[in-house]
Amino acid sequence: MENKTFTAADFKSDQSVRWCPGCGDHAILNSLHKAMAALGIAPEKTAVISGIGCSSRLPYYMNTYGFHTIHGRAAAIATGYKIARPDMTVWQVSGDGDGLAIGGNHFIHALRRNIDINILLFNNKIYGLTKGQYSPTSDRGFVSKSSPYGTVEDPFIPAELVFGARGQFFARAIDVELEISREVMEAAARHRGASVVEVLQNCVIFNHGIHNFFTDKEYRAERTIHLRHGEKMLFGKDNERGIVADGFSLKAVTIGQDGWTIDDVLVHDAHTPSNFLHQQLAMMDGHDLPLALGVIRDVESPVYNEALDQQIAEVRAKKNFSSLRDMALAGDTWTVR
Amino acid sequence: MLRFSGDSGDGMQLAGNIFTNVSAALGNEVSTFPDYPAEIRAPQGSLSGVSGFQVSVGTGVHTPGDACDVLVAMNPAALKQNVKFLKPDGIVIADSDSFRPADLKKALFQTDDPVAELGLKEERVVRVPVTSLTKAALADSGLDVKAVLKCRNIFALGLVCWLFDRPLERALDHLRSKFAKKPAVFEANSKVLRAGYDYGANTHATGAVYRIETDEPRPGVYTDITGNTATAWGLIAASEKSGRPLFLGSYPITPATDILHELAKRKDLGVKAVQMEDEIAGVCSAIGASFAGDLAVTSTSGPGLALKSEAIGLAVMAELPLVVIDVQRGGPSTGLPTKTEQTDLMQALYGRNGESPVAVVAPVSPTDCFTMAFEACRIAMEHMTPVILLTDAFIGNGSSAWRIPEADELPAINPPLLDAANCGEDWRPYRRDPRTMVRNWAVPGDEHGHTHRLGGLEKDFNNGSISTDAANHEHMVMVRREKIERIADSIPQLEVIGNGDADTLLVGWGGTYGHLRTAATELCREGVSIDSAQFRYIKPLPANTGEVLRRYKRVIVAELNTGQFADYLQAQFPEVKIERINKIQGQPFLVSELKERINEIINR
Repeated sequence: MENKTFTAADFKSDQSVRWCPGCGDHAILNSLHKAMAALGIAPEKTAVISGIGCSSRLPYYMNTYGFHTIHGRAAAIATGYKIARPDMTVWQVSGDGDGLAIGGNHFIHALRRNIDINILLFNNKIYGLTKGQYSPTSDRGFVSKSSPYGTVEDPFIPAELVFGARGQFFARAIDVELEISREVMEAAARHRGASVVEVLQNCVIFNHGIHNFFTDKEYRAERTIHLRHGEKMLFGKDNERGIVADGFSLKAVTIGQDGWTIDDVLVHDAHTPSNFLHQQLAMMDGHDLPLALGVIRDVESPVYNEALDQQIAEVRAKKNFSSLRDMALAGDTWTVR
Repeated sequence: MLRFSGDSGDGMQLAGNIFTNVSAALGNEVSTFPDYPAEIRAPQGSLSGVSGFQVSVGTGVHTPGDACDVLVAMNPAALKQNVKFLKPDGIVIADSDSFRPADLKKALFQTDDPVAELGLKEERVVRVPVTSLTKAALADSGLDVKAVLKCRNIFALGLVCWLFDRPLERALDHLRSKFAKKPAVFEANSKVLRAGYDYGANTHATGAVYRIETDEPRPGVYTDITGNTATAWGLIAASEKSGRPLFLGSYPITPATDILHELAKRKDLGVKAVQMEDEIAGVCSAIGASFAGDLAVTSTSGPGLALKSEAIGLAVMAELPLVVIDVQRGGPSTGLPTKTEQTDLMQALYGRNGESPVAVVAPVSPTDCFTMAFEACRIAMEHMTPVILLTDAFIGNGSSAWRIPEADELPAINPPLLDAANCGEDWRPYRRDPRTMVRNWAVPGDEHGHTHRLGGLEKDFNNGSISTDAANHEHMVMVRREKIERIADSIPQLEVIGNGDADTLLVGWGGTYGHLRTAATELCREGVSIDSAQFRYIKPLPANTGEVLRRYKRVIVAELNTGQFADYLQAQFPEVKIERINKIQGQPFLVSELKERINEIINR
């Protein structure tokens, strides 16, 4: 098993994929198959657990252990699974409705607890399976079937929620950028503890083009930046632009203009424990500053399932009971002859 | 029978527990009923803050008793709230230091003579200056006033130990382990315990000393156990017998939290008990653990069961083993969180969307919680289904002496694990044993790689893929129902207590056993033609249920709700004439009221 290599095909199930033609989920599924093959963890050592929604159909298309559960609860189910079988690699697949609305509580607590699961958050800013209602990531004023006059509420920005819940791993990808998706999924799996990968995903039927501002080929290089740990924060068609510090905020500059040089450009540090800069990077929205893709935060921190197993081992080393009877006999008892 | 009562901060539960343990160790059968308020610390001396602990000791003890021979009242509020539990010839031991005008006012007495106001006879009330005697005993202890006053309960315990002829050594052992880390507090309590005992012996305070009969129980090693602890231990025993690791996903809720507490301690046996972020996460984490191959359990009370219902439906659909423990309390909504009721039966049977059958079992006593928790696990794993275990606040908090079983006394549990031998060429996730209708448990991560996908969507009967086929859905609904019905082949028959040829059968289920059995036994002795039967298996019912019920001219179902079990039986056995006795007061039955109402029905 140790040295066996896998291909993407090893992770594909025999079920025909039923997402709408042109749906961003197809590309994300491909990226996931590739990431799993690259990780080299066998299908039978992998579990994929989802909630309800279009994205949550994904486990049926995996040749791994899979569980298509109930709306919002995938994180809780994945948590129990990982605690029971820490030797398994556990993925959770949720959409913005499943993960951040009905499942918001489980989402934040999985992060706070730092259970070692990999959460893929497909963000299309819409409820697709129920045919087009606004979601907790829909922008203020968004018009949908359930908000015919536009919403009057602000959305979650997933990264902000992740950092607020003390999440230690956050990465962002776009469905059409297969290579970045694969790269961050792999990094998420390698991270010990809870990791969140937000994938901006296009719903071709109910919210077509919602991410066009970033995905449009003509502007993609100007409006996004691919962050890599230890590398300069450069973007643009010829990497001619960079991110520099501007007091306590960030600024996008063109190297060689207004006196900015390559030395002024910040180097990305995904591993620094403080999430101050990570938060600023994650909040860049593609307008004044490019939208950040790649691994934004990746920090080691005590992992719940490991700490639990360690505590059990410590307790058992002190009180080595062989059975319930053994334990009960050590308590307050009396004997009747 | 004895009842301790005082402020919820007075340590009545501790005094009661120690008295119980001492009695059990002397070979008495014991049955206890802690009756405490929902408020952690209600205003001192107020009626709402009264905490009680009732214990019955002797032989043939099945209930904590209706009425007590001795009532310990630490203040006027305790006296007022508990005088209704006192036998007409019972005695009251009252802390006379706590009956000042201000104390009487807090307990809403109208006059300065509480004894007369409650209609008690003066000679049945023994006034003992517990507070000042405790202070005197600890005058040179160096403890501050607050710490000294905390020992009042132990003075009362000492006095009661004298009254019931209990040796002090065992009580001292309990105090020693309770205060192992606080030697000064132990010293003070042991001094006060002796002072209370000596006060009784020297003054012959009550005129009479109670001698308690002692049984000859089955040989073995015993411990005193509450229903909630017994439940936790039953789960551990099932884990050992089945070889599946134990996982608990839970969320704190009265009166079920002690199960979480106990299993959290049992890391020493490798138990993984996880306090999740809410009730739904509790059951969901358990379902995840079950898919991963653990014996998975969630514990809760009625409101939590309501929150878990959708997820239980998922376990029904995925056909995964899951044990759901509901320690019932008074409802609806928050209701009476610390009081007992049997009002979740319909919720357990039917409280889910769709046709969603699960097995339901109900232990009849604190120690039976061990047996039925074990059974719930056996059924869940061997039949690949959720099982709801319905206990209640009365048996969950109550305690009895329990003989620790030998390892080989418990039955084997054989989960239908998928392995190389039984896999074959044709394995599919929903392939069934034609006899039991049970599918295999394909525990992930084995080297054979039986990867598969489960989910809440309807599945095809043959290949386990998603299916919306009309006829397939109806077939699958019937298959899931039949799977539960066939559990009846592996559970015991309904047992009748009595001669089996009486006119009337008194029927109950779960935690009312002690009261019902005692009522039937006493009525029998008084010449009434009555047998009794207590259901522990609710769904499916024991196979002989109809045959037993039809044998009687009259069946009386007594339960702590408006008739949920009676309705359930009546729907299945319309030919049986079912009479009902119901009580919904947050309190267990009294044997006396049961007898009265049974006589009313019989003589109607």
